[in-house]
Amino acid sequence: MTVSDQEELVAAAPAAPAVTAAPVTSMRASREALHFARRNRKLVAGLGVVLLFLVVAAVGPLLADHGPNEYVGPPAQRPSSQYWFGTTMFGQDVFAQFTHGLRSTFLVGLLGGGLAALIGMLIGFTAGYRGGAVDEALNMVTNVVLVIPTLAVLLIIATYLRVRGVVPEAIFIGLFSWPWVARAIRAQTFSLRSRDFVDLARLSGASGRKIIFREIAPNMSSYLFMTFILLFGSSVLIAATLDFIGLGPTEGISLGLMMNNAVLWSALPLGMWWWFVPPGLGITVIVGALYIMNVGLDEVFNPKLREM
Amino acid sequence: MSTVSLRVENLKVWYRTLRGDVQALDDVTFTVADGEIMGLAGESGSGKSTLGKSLIRLDGRMRHVGGTVELDGKELPIWDSGKMNGFRFKEVSIIPQYAMSAMNPTRKIGRLVEDLLESRGVGFAGVRAELDRRLALVELSRDVLDRYPIELSGGMKQRMVMVLSTLLNPSLLIADEVTSALDVSTQKAVAETLVGFRDRGFVKSMIVITHDVSLVYQIADTIMVMYAGKLAEKAPTDVLVGAPRHPYTQALISSLPEVGVRYAEKRLTGIPGTPPSLLHPPAGCRFRDRCPLAFDKCLEEPPFVEIEPDHFVACWKAS
Amino acid sequence: MLALDGVTKVYRTGVFGGGDLTAVRDVSFEVQPGEVVSLIGESGSGKTTIGRMILRLTSVSGGTITLDGVDVSTVKGGGLRGYYRKVQGVFQDPFSSYNPIFKADRVFAMIREAYFPGVGGAEWRHKVGASLEAVRLDPDQVLGKYPHQLSGGQLQRLLIARALLLDIRLLVADEIISMLDASTRIDVLNLLADLKARGLGILFITHDLSLGNYVSEKTVILRRGAVVEMGATERVFGNPLHPYTRKLLASVPQLHKRWEPLAAEPEPADGQPLVRAEDDHFVAGGVRR
Repeated sequence: MTVSDQEELVAAAPAAPAVTAAPVTSMRASREALHFARRNRKLVAGLGVVLLFLVVAAVGPLLADHGPNEYVGPPAQRPSSQYWFGTTMFGQDVFAQFTHGLRSTFLVGLLGGGLAALIGMLIGFTAGYRGGAVDEALNMVTNVVLVIPTLAVLLIIATYLRVRGVVPEAIFIGLFSWPWVARAIRAQTFSLRSRDFVDLARLSGASGRKIIFREIAPNMSSYLFMTFILLFGSSVLIAATLDFIGLGPTEGISLGLMMNNAVLWSALPLGMWWWFVPPGLGITVIVGALYIMNVGLDEVFNPKLREM
Repeated sequence: MSTVSLRVENLKVWYRTLRGDVQALDDVTFTVADGEIMGLAGESGSGKSTLGKSLIRLDGRMRHVGGTVELDGKELPIWDSGKMNGFRFKEVSIIPQYAMSAMNPTRKIGRLVEDLLESRGVGFAGVRAELDRRLALVELSRDVLDRYPIELSGGMKQRMVMVLSTLLNPSLLIADEVTSALDVSTQKAVAETLVGFRDRGFVKSMIVITHDVSLVYQIADTIMVMYAGKLAEKAPTDVLVGAPRHPYTQALISSLPEVGVRYAEKRLTGIPGTPPSLLHPPAGCRFRDRCPLAFDKCLEEPPFVEIEPDHFVACWKAS
Repeated sequence: MLALDGVTKVYRTGVFGGGDLTAVRDVSFEVQPGEVVSLIGESGSGKTTIGRMILRLTSVSGGTITLDGVDVSTVKGGGLRGYYRKVQGVFQDPFSSYNPIFKADRVFAMIREAYFPGVGGAEWRHKVGASLEAVRLDPDQVLGKYPHQLSGGQLQRLLIARALLLDIRLLVADEIISMLDASTRIDVLNLLADLKARGLGILFITHDLSLGNYVSEKTVILRRGAVVEMGATERVFGNPLHPYTRKLLASVPQLHKRWEPLAAEPEPADGQPLVRAEDDHFVAGGVRR
């Protein structure tokens, strides 16, 4: 069917409410999406950078034959062929710290982001589909969590619970960063719910849960993917902040902790740039690449934004 | 009523798409006289909306491939959006489809009017009196300017948009499906308002684009039928509806149920098949595949010729 | 077969649900097997709401809807699934009725999953083939395609075929041809007329009087949620008694006949009870002399 056909067909609508929200532009969504995905420079570039860091995080620690916190070399050494990123004030290998730190960064991102995404979707879909009293109740919960000052609560929890570790940290972050996801998904679900194909699914005997998973969620798949990317990014940033102020895992190392130590031990005035630049840059580049991927994905899934 | 107001010659407007060029409007030639209301009828994919839009604004995907448009003796630079700005609203005006839903819901209507006039370099104060007169004419009270679009009914919004589009007395008004989304009693009021505008001289000539032939029968002087990007037939209204010569027009007219005709008494038939794809249109007459009268000459494209005064048909059998 | 008795729908509006909007007010009519009933009204008349209540997509605020004497106004769960075996609907926008990311014939698969889980492949194909034949669609042309690859007319017919898979007694057709081209409308309309020969009852919801007149036996005219006139189609169209019906008929654009100026008649207020004017012809508020 031609574009003008589609337009004219939508045009021949007497007494129809003028808002015709049907995505008449969808041309076998997945195939077209893949076609554009491969061509979208932002998406490919962003993905490339993230994958690169992932490889470093996976392979890097295997290259070093010492732990990240071991005192292996002369302190405060500049980058050299032996120690690619130099050493810290205490003689720890910055490169080893960096690669190990990358691992925990990715872990926090995946776990924290994943948990937040899960909670957000659960609450968002339920509130959006059921409406009424259920919606009101879930909205209240969402608003309460939204208003809580995340960092303050995390500080308190971290101080009192004395639990330190990447996994608990990720869980804490995940438990508090979902409200905007729930809100956004709820809104989308509301609008999709009133579409005729949802009514048709009801007329085919489908239950509410089935409709959400089989009809509504697939239609939002690009959006859901994007929320995960954003949550990943924000988890990494929050973890870096927590680590930076010293509330992260005590054992092990993370990029935020590296920066914390560097500042603590006066790396800046002493000019030990090799200690804080790699981790800072690492976080910035990974999160930046994720956001660029996000923009690219937006273009892929939203035909109007494509550079045509 | 015999001086020509609009003259379109060999107009070709195509759409750019991923899969190639859609030849939405192919070699279209016709005229509209001063004071004439021409109904432009067709089904989806016929190109009627494209024709209407191309006379005033080619949107991003449309491409002017050839042909000229002349209004009151002046050529309209339809390929150049910047140059067309001088003509829009003052000489050529359009009531776009879904116009009534296009009003900014967060602004009062009066502000909308002010902004629009300012963008044309016309002071609001100067036209205020005329605006009030016209609002009264379409039975809208003056305080509609103080209201938000959501406070008006569909019919009221449509009438408001009609007053706006004709405020500067354009020479040509293009009304694109202005009655589609309205109830049947409001449709009648809006259609009659259009005629009123012409009768009072607010506009000189009008092209009313619609898929509803019975509606345009009520108000148009001539009707032009399009099929698959080409003109099929153009004739004075009574002639086109009473004695159509193009097989497509004939089939279209006879497929319309009227009040008083019941299935048990007279079974109407549709036109089997679907219109051709305009990505790679077929050679020759585009209605060939669905036409009951098709014969071998139809492989050659029939010209749009005048078979009797003011009656044009593009069909070998008819001419 | 299907009977509505005093059906009412009230919406809560306003902050904290203070206000009330009555969309449907005390509507009663019947649909018999093998009969097409036109439900005619303009926007805001409540006709779509009535259709949705019959299809149990919207709750009923008052009155009852009965199918073969059984009250279905509040049926839920398993009872609802059984109800959908007998009553199905087709909506106005063919492109909105299909989930755009899946193929069009998925609508058949959904029915198979819910109602015919044990049926084998060959038997199911045969069933689908019979349904498609009943709506005059060629299986090769419509199966395995995405919605955007099919025309509006084909999509609507596919939806009717889906309903026929279930051996339904009543089809609620809500403006099903408004968004189709003039040349394909008539084919779908003729199809509806043919289906009633199978004993199917059809509720034909429309704003277009000429369509209603063409295909239905009975007509119900709605205004602002209430019935103002109803009865046999020839009687209502041939001898319109309510001023609103007369206004509607006078506003319908017809071919070969120009609009005639209609003397403005005062329209009676809402909420008048229906009075029998002649055999099979009822008017709200009775006949004015």
